[in-house]
Amino acid sequence: MTEPEDPRLEAAWALLAELLRRSAPEVDLDGVDPDAPIQEALDLDSMDFLNLMAGLRDVAGIDVPERDYPHLGTVRGFVAYVAAASGG
Amino acid sequence: MAWATITKERWPGGVVPNVTDYEAARAGFSWADARAALDGLPGGRGLNIAHEAVDRHAAGATAGKVAVRWLRRDGTVEDATYAELAERTDRFASALGALGVRSGDAVFTLLGRVPELWVTALGTLKATAVFAPLYAAYGPEPVRERLVRGEGRVLVTTPTLYRRRVEPIRDRLPALAHVLLVGPPDGEPPAGTRWFDEVVAAAPGGFEIPATDPEAPAIVHFTSGTTGTPKGAVHVHEAVVAHHATGAIALDLHPDDVFWCTADPGWVTGTSYGIVAPLTHGVTVVVDEGDFDADRWCRILAEQRVTVWYTSPTALRMLRRAGPEAIGGHDLSALRLVASVGEPLDPDLVAWGMEVLGHPVHDSWWQTETGGIMIANLAGCEIRPGSMGRPLPGIEVAVLARGDDGRAAAAVDGSVQELGPDEAGELALRPGWPSMFRGYLHDDERYAACFAGGWYLTGDVVRRDVEGWIWFVGRADDVITSAGHLIGPVEVEQTLRQHPAVVDAGVVGVPDEVAGELVKAYVVVRPDLPVTEELVSDVLAFARRRLGPTVAPRSIEVVDDLPHTRSGKIVRRVLRARARGLAEDDRSTPEAPL
Repeated sequence: MTEPEDPRLEAAWALLAELLRRSAPEVDLDGVDPDAPIQEALDLDSMDFLNLMAGLRDVAGIDVPERDYPHLGTVRGFVAYVAAASGG
Repeated sequence: MAWATITKERWPGGVVPNVTDYEAARAGFSWADARAALDGLPGGRGLNIAHEAVDRHAAGATAGKVAVRWLRRDGTVEDATYAELAERTDRFASALGALGVRSGDAVFTLLGRVPELWVTALGTLKATAVFAPLYAAYGPEPVRERLVRGEGRVLVTTPTLYRRRVEPIRDRLPALAHVLLVGPPDGEPPAGTRWFDEVVAAAPGGFEIPATDPEAPAIVHFTSGTTGTPKGAVHVHEAVVAHHATGAIALDLHPDDVFWCTADPGWVTGTSYGIVAPLTHGVTVVVDEGDFDADRWCRILAEQRVTVWYTSPTALRMLRRAGPEAIGGHDLSALRLVASVGEPLDPDLVAWGMEVLGHPVHDSWWQTETGGIMIANLAGCEIRPGSMGRPLPGIEVAVLARGDDGRAAAAVDGSVQELGPDEAGELALRPGWPSMFRGYLHDDERYAACFAGGWYLTGDVVRRDVEGWIWFVGRADDVITSAGHLIGPVEVEQTLRQHPAVVDAGVVGVPDEVAGELVKAYVVVRPDLPVTEELVSDVLAFARRRLGPTVAPRSIEVVDDLPHTRSGKIVRRVLRARARGLAEDDRSTPEAPL
């Protein structure tokens, strides 16, 4: 996936990269299928995903309610959700 | 805080449980009767798990009933009736023959919860080859170790998993003759692999299961210990007697049940109770290919009209985090039994189940080596929240006095000391139940070390109250239980030490409110290297790449040195205390750290 040009999407993308650097630093976002299930695409397990959610809360103050988790189920969905949440 | 006993005043759904009088069930039980509840191969040719699970139903009144319903990741639903499952597994068994696979050869899977996993498992058992499932989140190093130890001859996996986990190590797997890839056969498969679908399509149907010795190896499950490499626990076809019996006793399976076991078949629960036990009862098994998602899980319980649900404390804790509103809108009226396994079930989760699911959660206890449930709170009996339950009929337990190393102590003459009520000691089981493991692959020494004084030693410390209920106290060894997965610290430490900057590593479990424990590593780095965030990140990436996310540490802390015994072993007890912020010297130790 190439980096998006919209600045909010770009910031969300950078945030995802930063969170991964902390908890799953082996992940290379380049070339990842943005529409594949995020755990499969990035080779994460359920605990990793929960860590990403905790990271969003701690680093960016974005508290994702559990019912919204499916919206963050792909890389594209994750970035779009975070961009929308930080834009409000 | 003491939790009140939960008594049963009504039977949910009007279904009378298989066991309502524990003492009577124990007194009236025999393994010979349990064996007689199965058919055996026609013509007295032995006992084969796949015949009991599939073929006998396919040949009878339940042929057209849905055996397995796979809820695919893409939202589609795929059903196989017992007759269809028989046909597909026949074909896979034939395909193995065409590949030159012989009785006793090992067929591995490295797959998610896809239909081909069930077909491979049951087809392999039909062919009297040995089924060895691997968890798909294992990294290349755990995959390699297990394939080598198990002398895997066939591996069924996906193109993605092959590329990530197997291709990098393929040249170090001399026994591996065939790799079958699951997925649409579009184009040439990678070198040295073939498409699963093509190989199976080329094979004839109508396979006849050969005579099967009930003592013939059937399934190998890998598990972790405190020391050294993973152990391959060998189970035999006779195990199906225990799978079937415990399915009736502990999971209370009735013919009309819709059963959902959330465990992955890469672990023993997902095989014994995600494949074998429910199918031997002719029930419909629901399989969710996706990962945990509170809303989808509740929807599955409601829409599939799941009646019996076997899950884990970690899953229940994640569901609880989602809040009652995640469950609120769903119709769970079909549900009549919720059971849990994999790690100790907190008593407040039992109560949470009553409140939110409408049913208390029934804890159960067993392990890879036991092959089936040994101790449980039963559907038809009272629950003691916080207790793992009572031994099932046919299972005899003891609590044994421990020695200085924390394990059951055997005297010079080999005898052990049984403890009385409320004394903490190592949980031990009297060998002889059918799903008892028959050995560790190529490791007679570690197998022998599992027994003392005529008992199998479980490695768990428990106490038994005066009424016979068993209460978990802790592990007797250093094995970590994270989200229900057993993780051996040595496997992780060995990998960390392979990083060029790491000179020493000690790995322990630290408490976590969701996963029970998380893997934490303490590492000592080369003195000439500055300790930077980049370095720690690099070590973490290194470990995750090799071990996979489930086995690798979740956090790494650089320390100046690690506590060792005089003989050079890491004193993980001190590390655990450090991680929990306790005084490090909280208990005397026979081998004091240097």
